[in-house]
Amino acid sequence: MAARTPVWLRDALMRLGETAIALAAGIVVGAAIMWLSGYDPWEAYRYLLESSVLDSYSLTMTLSFAAPIMLTGITFAVGVRAGLFNIGAEGQLYMGALGAVLVAYAAHRGLGFLDSPLGTVAALLLGAGLASLWGLAAALLKVRRGVHEVVSTIMLNWIAFWLAEYMRVYVVYDPHDPSKTVQVPPGARLPLLASGTELSASLLISLGFTVFTYVLLWHMVYGYELRAAGLNPHAASYGGISVERMMVLAFLVGAVAAGLAGAGEVLGRPPHYAITTGLSNLAGLGFDGITVALIGANHPLGIIGASVLVGALKAGAKGMQIYAHVPLEMVRIVEGVIIIALAVPGTLRLISEYRRRRLQLARVEQAKTPGEGAGSHA
Amino acid sequence: MPEPGILLDFIRGVLYAMTPILLTAVGEIVAERAGVVNIGLEGIIMLGALAGAMASEAAGSPWAGLAAGLLVGAALGLLHAVLTVYLKGDHIIPGVGVNTLAYGLVPYMIIVYWHTAGQHQVPEYARVPHIAGISPVTVAAIAIAVATWYVLFRTSLGLKLRAVGENPEAADTVGVRVERLQTAAVVYGGMLAGLAGAFMSIDWLSTVTKEIAAGRGFISLALVVFSNWNPLLALGGATLFGFFDTLREWVKVLPGVKGLVPDTLLNTIPYIVTLAAVAGVLHRVRPPSHVGMPYRRE
Repeated sequence: MAARTPVWLRDALMRLGETAIALAAGIVVGAAIMWLSGYDPWEAYRYLLESSVLDSYSLTMTLSFAAPIMLTGITFAVGVRAGLFNIGAEGQLYMGALGAVLVAYAAHRGLGFLDSPLGTVAALLLGAGLASLWGLAAALLKVRRGVHEVVSTIMLNWIAFWLAEYMRVYVVYDPHDPSKTVQVPPGARLPLLASGTELSASLLISLGFTVFTYVLLWHMVYGYELRAAGLNPHAASYGGISVERMMVLAFLVGAVAAGLAGAGEVLGRPPHYAITTGLSNLAGLGFDGITVALIGANHPLGIIGASVLVGALKAGAKGMQIYAHVPLEMVRIVEGVIIIALAVPGTLRLISEYRRRRLQLARVEQAKTPGEGAGSHA
Repeated sequence: MPEPGILLDFIRGVLYAMTPILLTAVGEIVAERAGVVNIGLEGIIMLGALAGAMASEAAGSPWAGLAAGLLVGAALGLLHAVLTVYLKGDHIIPGVGVNTLAYGLVPYMIIVYWHTAGQHQVPEYARVPHIAGISPVTVAAIAIAVATWYVLFRTSLGLKLRAVGENPEAADTVGVRVERLQTAAVVYGGMLAGLAGAFMSIDWLSTVTKEIAAGRGFISLALVVFSNWNPLLALGGATLFGFFDTLREWVKVLPGVKGLVPDTLLNTIPYIVTLAAVAGVLHRVRPPSHVGMPYRRE
């Protein structure tokens, strides 16, 4: 009977089951750590739920956090599809945000016409462009010099961090408020989808780009070649696909995604509409993308769901901190445990394999001693 | 001509800065020689720093702190070994998980354990005592690098270990216990990274912050490649990185440069040097053939 179930459905269900186990592991370990450090896990999780999904304002917060990490999830996922571990979304997101702030700076410094939707477009383009430079650097280091992308992207993340900090302190600073850069002028901001919330049209950009990535990967030749290069580089290059070109493509698509995420945060999130001290309003959004991609099985459509889930964790963390006084870093601990649990290869498969082996063993024993075996293993 | 006192201070600075990346890189060299990549070193350094400070202050002894760093590193190494060696899982994802966990757990514990946000200063009594201004951990790190080189290249244990990373099937055929050696190698690598973390919190920097590792786990990964998987060359490479790391701090306070070049830009130096070093040498190096791939018996 089990054999009649279509393979893809069985895989998808298996995958869902494993994700559920990983989530449970994260929640349980998080609860244990909270309990050990003197907090009430029930209360903490209750506030987490209340501030993430239980009313419409909380839901808009969840979606507002889903928007950037959906894109940084795409960055990691497209990399994996091409056989890369691109963990450079964090730095590329900083560069994207910096691009948006530079356009805001120009608008304040005489280019007043940028205080308009034209400025929005310019900010998105410059953000994606600067991020692409960062992605291209990692891509060239990889294909020309063989530098592993894990090392290069982390180094580039730190370089982006200090470069953005330099620009924030010395160039694009707000003369009236030392804690942040100049603000995006009102005319160039992304409109809010619901007034009084932090949910802006950046969500639509995220959804649009995610759907674009889906079409690219599964309905276009480039995407087919990209996935082929990732699945089996030898076979792909034997079949005439340039694996290196596909790697560069994956880095660039990922960089544009992360750049849009960074620009979107600056253009769309009240009250700052700027980069704050220590990049505190951006830090971690790139790394969250890794969690999102892993939960979403590196599939654009899975990533939409996973980004809402991790967005809920992020929105809930704030409520948890305010009302249950649990530091919001708790959520990152939960994320870490979820990733480690997802790294256990096929938790469900392990269990079913164990059962299969026991059955096999039983059959072997049956064959040896027919009479006895049938009785004891029936 | 700088004063000799300043020069000595600079050399001490280089020795400090080289120690954690040397320890971490030597440990990872052993793990990768046995065929296992661990990118969770950054997180292990962070958690080693946290555990080191906690244990050192609680026990009133820095030696307890160093032991705690080793222990936490060993535990995280074992976790990585179980996932990659025995369950044949991906080598990268568990490392990402450990790093994420550390990014959360370290700031969380600074708040709930020390009741401060962002930074905890380690008190004097919990810091590793120095002999002639040099940390015993630095001396140990250099000794460990040399001893590790000797074991890897001059003993039969080292030969077996390298064989496992080059060709696990062949090693398996002649009776080498592949899984056991790989596990030992990864645990060793974890221990040294944990020790590196404890060194940073209760010796070198005397502080715990959430940015304490600042990419050093990944710089160590680059150093592994830069040193062509050889602990003696890692000694040279770590000195080079330590030099630039110290130079950055010195240039910041140099009278002529201070204010001229913003320190935010100077902070990029170690990362740019790392990229340049890895990009410049890579054509000459060769990784172990079977590194990063799970070994499945046919």
